[in-house]
Amino acid sequence: MMSSQFLRNIVKYRALFLMLLLPLSVLIFNNYIPMFGVIVAFKNYNFADGILGSPWQGLENFKYLFQTEDAWIATRNTVLYNLLFIVMTTVVAIFLAIALNELRSTKLSRMFQSVLLFPYFLSFVVVSYLAYAFLGGNGYINKAILEPMGLSSISWYTEAKDWIFILPLVNIWKNVGYGMVVYLAGIVGIDHEYYEAAVIDGATKWQQIRRITLPLMLPVIIVMVILQVGRIFNADFGLFFQVPLNTGALYPTTNVIDTFVYRSLLISGNVGMSAAAGFYQAVIGLVLVLATNLIVRRVSRENALF
Amino acid sequence: MNPNIDSQITSGGTGDSASAVNQISRLTNALLVVLFILLSIACLFPLLLVISVSFTNEHAIVLHGYNIIPKQFSDYAYRYLFKDPGEIIRGYGISILVTVVGTIGSLLLTALYAFPISRKDMPYRNALAFIVFFTMLFSGGLVPWYLAYSVAGLKDTLWALIIPNLVVPFNVLIMRTFFSNTIPGSLIEAAKIDGSGEVRIFAQIILPLSTPVMATIGLFQTLTYWNDWFTSSVFISNNHLVSLQYLMYKVINNIQYLNSGRVDASVAGKVAATIPTETVRMAMAIVGIGPIILVYPFLQKYFVKGLTVGSVKG
Repeated sequence: MMSSQFLRNIVKYRALFLMLLLPLSVLIFNNYIPMFGVIVAFKNYNFADGILGSPWQGLENFKYLFQTEDAWIATRNTVLYNLLFIVMTTVVAIFLAIALNELRSTKLSRMFQSVLLFPYFLSFVVVSYLAYAFLGGNGYINKAILEPMGLSSISWYTEAKDWIFILPLVNIWKNVGYGMVVYLAGIVGIDHEYYEAAVIDGATKWQQIRRITLPLMLPVIIVMVILQVGRIFNADFGLFFQVPLNTGALYPTTNVIDTFVYRSLLISGNVGMSAAAGFYQAVIGLVLVLATNLIVRRVSRENALF
Repeated sequence: MNPNIDSQITSGGTGDSASAVNQISRLTNALLVVLFILLSIACLFPLLLVISVSFTNEHAIVLHGYNIIPKQFSDYAYRYLFKDPGEIIRGYGISILVTVVGTIGSLLLTALYAFPISRKDMPYRNALAFIVFFTMLFSGGLVPWYLAYSVAGLKDTLWALIIPNLVVPFNVLIMRTFFSNTIPGSLIEAAKIDGSGEVRIFAQIILPLSTPVMATIGLFQTLTYWNDWFTSSVFISNNHLVSLQYLMYKVINNIQYLNSGRVDASVAGKVAATIPTETVRMAMAIVGIGPIILVYPFLQKYFVKGLTVGSVKG
């Protein structure tokens, strides 16, 4: 019998199951109950009746959501920024990791590694201060760069189009050190005998990088990229909310799905539309992870995540 | 796991005799060093700028703007901030409390989940691992999450700051991999034959052997909790439960916040004119970054090692 087998398993391994109790409860409360809460997206939610009591209204929330221009702009921004970030950080981080590994002085190499990783440890609140120090009205760019050059100062926090460049710059500044260290860990894990053999065969440094380092780093690169592509519908909330200081004038270029959902819920109090946007984000996110993984499985099975 | 990886990473991976002949040319090396020096400046310059602005006289800021060398030195911004340091100290207190409780709690809970699913003999281990993994693929989104915490009465409690990061799926999987790769099954078998229960095996064999992965995840979690402002911004409206990051968030968005408890509305307008807004903002940033800079060298070293533990695929 299936069920008596189940009971016997539970009894036999009761200590291990008891251990799971607490972390599993956290997971159920924090992750699984909200998954069923997505039904809010299909309801006309009101606080008095609660999630289950509020009346159903089919796809009204979604209709309303996609009638707003904001939803489309947020989607476009999320995907385009993420694509740009993935390409930029991957290429730059791999380049820096290889360069760092080749430096003649290990002391310098270690020092640069520490310094370049530093921004990764700062919260986006702190980063928003640092950005403000450059971009504010009295900020460094206006007063120490543009003014001495005789140029008029720029009101960065009202110029939406400039943020297409500012946000990628801030993102790479903050995150490239992390990617660099991950890839460096991949490089130093490569067996030295490959390089010794290559030197004997007369391979140049460039050839070694192309024929040994890059191919052997490929599994790490693929895992890192899949993880990022799977999250292409999820923007880094801190970057898009904190760094532009939540400025309304910048929404055309800084609004992403996450900030859109946040503002709909906590600022305009539009629970239904906000839930619909979150659901749309989660479903497409799931499809994208599965699709990416499927493609990787087709190309090389052992590099797939699952 | 290759025991040399750690030392190779921290030393940048070069230096053994074979690679000595296989070095890049002096010119390339010099160019790369210059490049890295420029990048290092780019990483540190913003911080230096903020420090120097925080020590500048507000009047000089209005006249000359932000500069890397203060035109007129002043520690007024700090004296202003610490004139009535109640909020800042409370913010520190909340942040430290949440970070300590959160980190210890999440280490324990992560291990409690990872240990059973790392055991080859554990029934349903794949299903249990999938339950964790699936949360990385799909989530209900912000609204249902917010409603769940609200309905449970966790708004405006410290639990709302601690629980969301207690069980991070990725950490569970890293720890599971570590347990199953580095702790031999025969060790557990032997302990069982000697009459140890599972709890005893967990506490006296597994945990002591797991310091590398514990240190790694402990650091990840310390950083997560210390830098977290998002859960505060979603769940906290009580002024007594404002963490340091959230206090900083409020200050940069609204300088008046610092005075909200001190000045009543009728004089607030007059005071606002004399508040050194720019320098106080930057001083607040330094007060907030402070602890990270102090522990950074320590953090950085173990963080890099930790990434290697994490990159071991299971």
